[in-house]
Amino acid sequence: MPALTNALPRRSGWLTPRRRKAILTRGFLYFLLVIVAAFFAGPLYILLSTSFKTMPEIQSGGLMTLPHEPTVQPWITAWGEACIGITCGGLKGYFGNSMVMTIPAVLISVMIGAINGYALAKWPFPGARFVFAALVAGNFVPFQVVLAPVAVTLRTLGLFGSVEGLILIHVIYGIPITTMLFRNFFLSVPNDLIKAARIDGAGFFWIFFRIVLPLSPSVIVVALILQFTGIWNDFLFAVSFSNPSSAPMTVALNNLVNSNFGVKEYNVHMAATVIAAAPTLILYILLGRYFLRGMTAGAVKG
Amino acid sequence: MRRFLQRHMSQIALSPSLALIAIFLYGFIAYTAAVSTTNSKAFPRFDNFVGLEQYWRLLHTPRWHVAFTNMFLFGGLFLLVTISLGLVIAILIDQRIRAESFFRSIVMYPMAMSFVVTGIIWQWLLNPTLGIEVMVHQLGFTSFRLDWLTNPDTVIWALVVAAFWQGCGLVMALFLAGLRGIDEDIWKAAAIDGIPAWRVYVFIVIPMLAPVFLTVVVLLALSIVRSFDLVVALTNGGPGVSSDLPSVFMFDMAFRRTNLGLSAASAVVMLGTVLAILIPYLYAETRERA
Repeated sequence: MPALTNALPRRSGWLTPRRRKAILTRGFLYFLLVIVAAFFAGPLYILLSTSFKTMPEIQSGGLMTLPHEPTVQPWITAWGEACIGITCGGLKGYFGNSMVMTIPAVLISVMIGAINGYALAKWPFPGARFVFAALVAGNFVPFQVVLAPVAVTLRTLGLFGSVEGLILIHVIYGIPITTMLFRNFFLSVPNDLIKAARIDGAGFFWIFFRIVLPLSPSVIVVALILQFTGIWNDFLFAVSFSNPSSAPMTVALNNLVNSNFGVKEYNVHMAATVIAAAPTLILYILLGRYFLRGMTAGAVKG
Repeated sequence: MRRFLQRHMSQIALSPSLALIAIFLYGFIAYTAAVSTTNSKAFPRFDNFVGLEQYWRLLHTPRWHVAFTNMFLFGGLFLLVTISLGLVIAILIDQRIRAESFFRSIVMYPMAMSFVVTGIIWQWLLNPTLGIEVMVHQLGFTSFRLDWLTNPDTVIWALVVAAFWQGCGLVMALFLAGLRGIDEDIWKAAAIDGIPAWRVYVFIVIPMLAPVFLTVVVLLALSIVRSFDLVVALTNGGPGVSSDLPSVFMFDMAFRRTNLGLSAASAVVMLGTVLAILIPYLYAETRERA
């Protein structure tokens, strides 16, 4: 790491040319950083402030200003009254859909990934490397290439347009990423621990639940966050396999904002957008460092 | 029997996943490839084999040309902007600054949001009658134009800026990790020799980050091929079809235009694009390790 200003000789004349240059460099550095921060934080600020404005105030301009007469009406409308498609019950039902879909899908896919990763890392068998490669290759496949057959399969199973169908799909296509995450982590668990337990007669699942899982709370948190974010934010599967009554938040939000009917209530749109982003944003604020680890591992999934 | 179960528990535990992936991934890819050789419309049918005709038709569909070209245009600009600015921001944050974690968090939080949310936010900011354009007008610069969303020639920039806003955090974090991994002695030696910092970056540090560049390019390239939600939420392919991407074309053909055969062909081309990115990368990786 460099330090552009590490030598600041103090002399009696308080601003030597060298010291002045150092201060200028430092000032310029923070100036750039503030611009960067404004670019990334600005949109969220505008989103929030617009969601508390009245429509007349929005139409009078002033994108960056704070609301003159703050109102929570847009939030109430977005949550309970806004019209999405032909129903006018706001986002609350879709928020529920997203929760009912995301939570089981996350728990099941993380559990499956943990067992797979453990089996591959700690109980290798001839061909285990091939099995790992075959599973993990799924991380790279653009899911467009499976959309049509998945739709056919869900119709055959009677699950098309249901939350259960979406859970099934998210669990299946979550296997590659969770398996990869856990397998790579479990490689670092010492083999001696496993060997000792096996000599004592411990079996596959006993070792998994009593030794390996207690050693890995961090990777479990990373996997939970990664899967929660991915499934909550998913749009492709949601828009392909849901119907108006089972649609999750991403689809409902897009329908609300990008529908061509009626007057556009921008304040309601902004409140709805904040509601849709809130769960994953709160996770990020609370558990940011796990978040990054998951994203760098899961970035391949996109 | 128990002994057998114990000894093969690993394979037994893996087999459901393997079966599911074999069917839902490899089986379905084969299925889509098969559909792409048929004349299927609303439903997949296998009694109307047409060979490679759908690919031929794809080549002669103007909308596909727009979508496929856009993927490279959007992809190229997005890569260029995100990698260069992501690296610059990582370098700025690496200067022993105060409140480092504050700045890092601000650059990275958009990662937590869905592309639908990002698309809607930028649609609002780029709205020509209420967004940034009006704000700049009110500051007195009345000739300022920001018509990316309504101008077919520049709409690609709307996608680039929104994708950059969302994706820069990850790139910055990867570069920052790379910068932190570089030996401190290089900086000490450069300081003794009186080499200015920018020259150390350009001629020593950045070349040392080559592996990070490779990872970043592959990650971003894969996300470019798959980009779908952002386009749907931000421009919905418009104005006209000027910001279409292959994923949007594929979805439209499959679910709205009931042209499954053509849609399958476009999906196979997308998979082919991913393989074209991935195979050289994996080849380079394995050769490096060997």
